Amino acid sequence: MEFQIIWFILWGVLWSVYFMLDGFDFGAGILYPFLAKNDVEKRVIINTLGPVWDGNEVWLITAGGATFAAFPTTYALMFSYLYSALLLLLYSLIIRGVSFEFRGKSENPKWRKGWDVAIFIGSFFPALLFGVAFGNIFRGLPIDFDGYRGSFFSLLNPYGLVTGILFVILFVEHGALWLSIKTTGELNTRASKLAGKLWYLLLIVAVVFLVFTHFDTRLYENFFHYPVWLIVPLIAVVALLGIKLFTSKQDYLKAFYSSCLTIFMITATGVIGLFPNLIPSSISPDYSLTIFNSSSSPYTLRIMTLVALVFVPVVIAYQIWSYRVFKGKLTPEDIMKEKEAY
Amino acid sequence: MSIVDLSRWQFAITAAFHFIFVPLTLGLSILVAYMETKYVRTGDELYLKMAKFWGKLFLINFALGIVTGITMEFQFGMNWAEYSRYVGDIFGAPLAIEATVAFFLESTFIGIWIFGWNKVSKKTHAFAIWMVAFGTNLSAIWIILANGWMQRPVGYILRNGRAEMFDFSALVTNIYGWIKFLHTVTSAYVLAAFFVMGVSAYHLLKNKDNRDFFKRSFKISASFGLASAVLVSFMGAFSAKLVADYQPSKLAAMEAVWETQRNAPFPLIAIPDAENERNSIEVLKIPNLISILAYHDPNAEIKGLKDFPKEDRPPVLLTFLSYRVMVGIGFLFILIAFIAFLYSRKDKLESKPLLLRIMLYSIPLPYIAAQLGWIVAEVGRQPWLVYGMLRTANGVSKSISTTQVWGSLIGFTLLYGTLAVIDIFLLTKYAKKKPEDDLSPVLKLNGTQEV
Repeated sequence: MEFQIIWFILWGVLWSVYFMLDGFDFGAGILYPFLAKNDVEKRVIINTLGPVWDGNEVWLITAGGATFAAFPTTYALMFSYLYSALLLLLYSLIIRGVSFEFRGKSENPKWRKGWDVAIFIGSFFPALLFGVAFGNIFRGLPIDFDGYRGSFFSLLNPYGLVTGILFVILFVEHGALWLSIKTTGELNTRASKLAGKLWYLLLIVAVVFLVFTHFDTRLYENFFHYPVWLIVPLIAVVALLGIKLFTSKQDYLKAFYSSCLTIFMITATGVIGLFPNLIPSSISPDYSLTIFNSSSSPYTLRIMTLVALVFVPVVIAYQIWSYRVFKGKLTPEDIMKEKEAY
Repeated sequence: MSIVDLSRWQFAITAAFHFIFVPLTLGLSILVAYMETKYVRTGDELYLKMAKFWGKLFLINFALGIVTGITMEFQFGMNWAEYSRYVGDIFGAPLAIEATVAFFLESTFIGIWIFGWNKVSKKTHAFAIWMVAFGTNLSAIWIILANGWMQRPVGYILRNGRAEMFDFSALVTNIYGWIKFLHTVTSAYVLAAFFVMGVSAYHLLKNKDNRDFFKRSFKISASFGLASAVLVSFMGAFSAKLVADYQPSKLAAMEAVWETQRNAPFPLIAIPDAENERNSIEVLKIPNLISILAYHDPNAEIKGLKDFPKEDRPPVLLTFLSYRVMVGIGFLFILIAFIAFLYSRKDKLESKPLLLRIMLYSIPLPYIAAQLGWIVAEVGRQPWLVYGMLRTANGVSKSISTTQVWGSLIGFTLLYGTLAVIDIFLLTKYAKKKPEDDLSPVLKLNGTQEV
């Protein structure tokens, strides 16, 4: 197989894993001001995310780094074309990162309230912006021989916004399920009730997205040509239905795994639909950035493949271990006696 | 200001801000890991108390290092798209490797360390902080190898309208990158050591209790600091030699040498005057010293700035002054660390309030030196983005507007300014706190707990 194709697959996997993992951090962060009724519940939510959010975010850094190393032209153009959107994303991620660490560092209610707002902002905007960005990539950016013809506001087209909303709802559902498996008591009841209800909204948005995708993008063409790949969106749909099945059985762990799978497969569906483009041009396919016209040299790709083959499995192994260390529910008593908690 | 100037300011501000936090992370992680290991080995709870107290300061600082680091990776593409496109084939690799081998390690194990006191065995817990220390130092290797490549590009070939990698081993064995890495990490260890000594000195001056705690913290960091301070200057001397070999225009600016000359003397005091291409003041010359420092040979020829076309010269005054002050502070570190080491060994710290006060007020010095070092490295590299290969002006993104970059620059300045205030507030608050006596949750720790 050509190295470009290997790296395209890896690129898709990195983004899919990233959204699957940081997705519940974002979702729980968006729900945080609404679900938690007092400071202890708020701390419980933060502390379910505390041990893992940072490791989750590194999947983003790695996706960015992999784009740079494997498809430098795409990295350069994507990041400079989407300058303002990425800037807002950066600011939000910075705010989120410090707010987890800093909120608990003072008892002052005003201090904590300030960071509460920061956690919401730092979770909601990345979710929305990632959706808008990917919606626009699915749709294609107005690129021609002269570069980018759009602006920040042209990203806010209906399809981009629908994808943004899809990401937000998907992540909120994911976050609600995370809290359903990680918390206890009333907080837990509120989270699981919400997960059950929100699913209907998720279903509606997902359907709108899929139909809209047909009219506004060319993502389905690949599936039309190579129907075997339809298995991926099919799994996404089954997993989406699985969320409902398991939430109604109150088996939230399986529901959470279903939402992991849903997010992974929806992202993968989009990425497969893009192939061989990384950023299609909405003006003419001649200007699209593909894995062939924007990739690194075969030599570099070979080196990077070796690095990925050796280290990615190791990373996955110790991340799974870390999730196992922190498995199980977190009670208010746990965080009261654990002084190092956030 | 042009897009290039604005983008340069933005990169400088965000990189400088990022590097306020990085060195303390690099050094303090090792000190905390050492303290916790001592606890595991000896069972002495004072060490556990130390790991927790310094660990808290470590974490406040660590959080900002992480979040400001994301900015750096994004900015190459956002503001320097032409650069990224031109060199991404070789420059992107170390960045991606850094994320894969180092960032995952530190960010996963920091979670175990913060939240795992009651979840994993003592040994595993100490192992976690070692992995954090290892990960942060490993990430420094990769990012500085990337920077080393910009200083001394190797292992590439100009093909298909860009720099393509043809020898990965040349990239990872680039002597320029390695010496720079060693110079940087040892300076980070000095910074962490001075931080711990300074905060300990504060407590020894102010409080009657916890004497043993802070004396021991001081002692550990004094030897760490002294060894590192000596190493920094060696690595610095090495670096200067490499600059002479590979970046003659940077060397000329660092030493403010205008005329090409053999037996170049080192003026103790000089003030460069770029407009008139001379030094307006130049006194107390030590014969041959620049030639010796640069080439280990008194007769060696130093190429003067006048022999570089004007458009190829770096800003002289800033490079020169930063270099001078950095080296000056560097020697001061050895002196201070030596005295601190001596008195802490003799257990005479408490009777030396002046020394303690000096240690307290020395906390900012390594921070200043580190920033100046980067100014020498990066301003001295100008007008090149990749030395001798790509000019800074040619690396900037084509699709961004002045308004956009003004907006982002102002945004970063406001956001980072706020974060700086919060960080200083928190660090001061927690540095002044007394170490916690109640270690009860940890004492319940079951050494054989399943992991």
